[in-house]
Amino acid sequence: MKSEKQYIELYEQARQMIFAHAPEAMNAVRDEAFRSFASAGFPSRKVERYKYTDIAQLFAPDYGVNLNRLEIPVDPYQAFRCDVPNLSTSLFFVVNDMFYSGEKQEARYKKQEESEKRIPHANPHLPEGVIVDSMAHVFSHPSPLTTYLSEHYAKLAKTGEDAVTALNTMLAQDGLLVYVPKNVKVDRAIQVINILKALPQNAQRVVTDLMVNRRVLIILEEGAELKMLFCDHAADDRNFLATQVIEAFVGENASLDLYCLEETHYKNVRVSNVYIDQQLGSRVNHNVITLHNGTTRNKLDLTFSGEGAECQCYGCVIADKQQHVDNNTLITHKVPHCTSSELYKYVLDDKATGAFAGRVLVEHGAQQTTSQMTNQNLTATREARMYTQPMLEIYADDVKCAHGSTVGQLNEAALFYMRQRGISLAEAKLLLQNAFINEVIDKMQLEPLRDRLHYLVEKRFRGELNKCTGCKLCK
Amino acid sequence: MLEVKNLHAKIGEKEILKGIDLVINDGETHAIMGPNGSGKSTLSAVLVGNPLYEVTEGEAFFNGKNLLEMKPEDRAHEGLFLSFQYPVEIPGVSMTNFMKAAINEKRKYQGLDPMNAAEFLKLQREKRKVVELDSKLANRSVNEGFSGGEKKRNEIFQMAMLEPKLSILDETDSGLDVDAMRIVAEGVNKLQTPETSCIVITHYDRLLEMIRPQFVHVLYKGRIVKTGGPELARQIQEHGYDWIKEEIGEE
Repeated sequence: MKSEKQYIELYEQARQMIFAHAPEAMNAVRDEAFRSFASAGFPSRKVERYKYTDIAQLFAPDYGVNLNRLEIPVDPYQAFRCDVPNLSTSLFFVVNDMFYSGEKQEARYKKQEESEKRIPHANPHLPEGVIVDSMAHVFSHPSPLTTYLSEHYAKLAKTGEDAVTALNTMLAQDGLLVYVPKNVKVDRAIQVINILKALPQNAQRVVTDLMVNRRVLIILEEGAELKMLFCDHAADDRNFLATQVIEAFVGENASLDLYCLEETHYKNVRVSNVYIDQQLGSRVNHNVITLHNGTTRNKLDLTFSGEGAECQCYGCVIADKQQHVDNNTLITHKVPHCTSSELYKYVLDDKATGAFAGRVLVEHGAQQTTSQMTNQNLTATREARMYTQPMLEIYADDVKCAHGSTVGQLNEAALFYMRQRGISLAEAKLLLQNAFINEVIDKMQLEPLRDRLHYLVEKRFRGELNKCTGCKLCK
Repeated sequence: MLEVKNLHAKIGEKEILKGIDLVINDGETHAIMGPNGSGKSTLSAVLVGNPLYEVTEGEAFFNGKNLLEMKPEDRAHEGLFLSFQYPVEIPGVSMTNFMKAAINEKRKYQGLDPMNAAEFLKLQREKRKVVELDSKLANRSVNEGFSGGEKKRNEIFQMAMLEPKLSILDETDSGLDVDAMRIVAEGVNKLQTPETSCIVITHYDRLLEMIRPQFVHVLYKGRIVKTGGPELARQIQEHGYDWIKEEIGEE
């Protein structure tokens, strides 16, 4: 329990400070989360779902946590351009784990609050009733709606089942709240840039390596439609540990497209847990892209609670040097007539390690389930390691399920064919790797993002993408 | 153009070429025939630098340069082209991107700027006509889902694009129907100039009647055991290889 000790002590000592800077709805579940964390501790690698990533080791270093909610001196609107050309988005920033709202926005909130007598939102482009805002801010406006929204908090992300979720729930003091009312379609994608930025160093503060605990709550009412894009960047070359918990409630016939794009650096640890609940006839498209990172662990727990729902999950990983990427998915078919498909592709170079463990659980009575899981991987060196574990667990007798995985090298015959045509070995490898990854990128729905990813992936393979492109902070 | 002296090569521990001597001058077309397993495809693979084969002895010069010291891509840049017996499918790489990469790498080798998009498309359109190749294939992945005939025509299309000095056609006629063979042969003939040469590897004289080589070599057990004119191909077609085996003192 060595790694856990510092977090337990931190909570015991700073509990009052944590509570003072967080909304009631988040505080309400905090002590329970603490008890879960303190009793179970971090999972060892003997725990099936954490077999490939040593969580305790990742959390062992001494990171600072900004419990006092000090303002980080950065104006992302001025400094940051995470361009996806031709993609018009409603743009929001989260600096570390704080929803960024500059003064101009504050003024806008006030004006709207006064003139419209409703919960403010940060962006005038959003359709009526749609909320994209800081949880703390929304929950500080008591109303039947905010009470209703706050009731969703920590409902999918059960703290008794995952130590990182428990730790996040215990320490998170603010989060991003996204709400789309019944039958409202948000045409413009919501883009959230997560920026990691170290606290300025001063005499009292020695440790500037930082742990952040991000929290996202997405609620889509019946028939609502939303496209969300999260882009992770690190603005300093400090050590960062980012935990993230995303909970998404997808109502009847609602549609959610979720994209998580990570372009951080090798000193970065990211542990993300995504929970999605799908109601009758709903549709989810979940995409996770790791272009550049340090150590990344992405967990997806998706549950079909209503019949006739459908999900597609796509993952794309490019890793080299000592990078580590672990994607772990659990799709639970609780009810009949749902369709799930997964395609995850990895290219691993140098001494990178990758892991994919996917489990599809078809519960008793979930007849007429269709499920397809594919994991394909390329290893470019003998030192690169890929662990792959596709799993099906079926308790119904009328289902169509398939799963498979491959680990291989670039096709020697194709390489030689290209070289005979005058294409250099390096270029031929690049073409083949690109082609391999493009298969999964081409399945992603957001076309401008797709074009951008084609460009970024090629740059990445050419070794020209060390951190991120189009971002002034990283340069 | 090409001068091969006492060339020996093996794959794994198996020696396949046991001393090949071959001289090809500018503008000449040579046919190489021989029973299955005699080393015809190995010879072509070794000349273009396939890493599966190891040269154990002998030398090969291409326009005065030591071929065996060059990387496969540089041999291509110097003007050596192989029409593969089994063209490789490359899923996810479009014909256009593939060809563009090939052309531009060659231009880079020659110290030229990359070809602009309009020029490239025009060239591609022109050269497709040589083998009556459907323009739809350009957007498809390299050889993926191509019929046997389309694959072979696609090889000749690439040859037309790259304008090699020496082309090796490795059983380009295998698996082709009569019309496709005519298209391929006419394509090859159109691309021949007094400065270019060609090696045709085949089992049948049908293709040779259309391409008309000046020299026919018989490869047997890793050596060229007989060389003659076009009439040799006809003799082989009629009588097989037994009489040649007898000539060299074998059963």
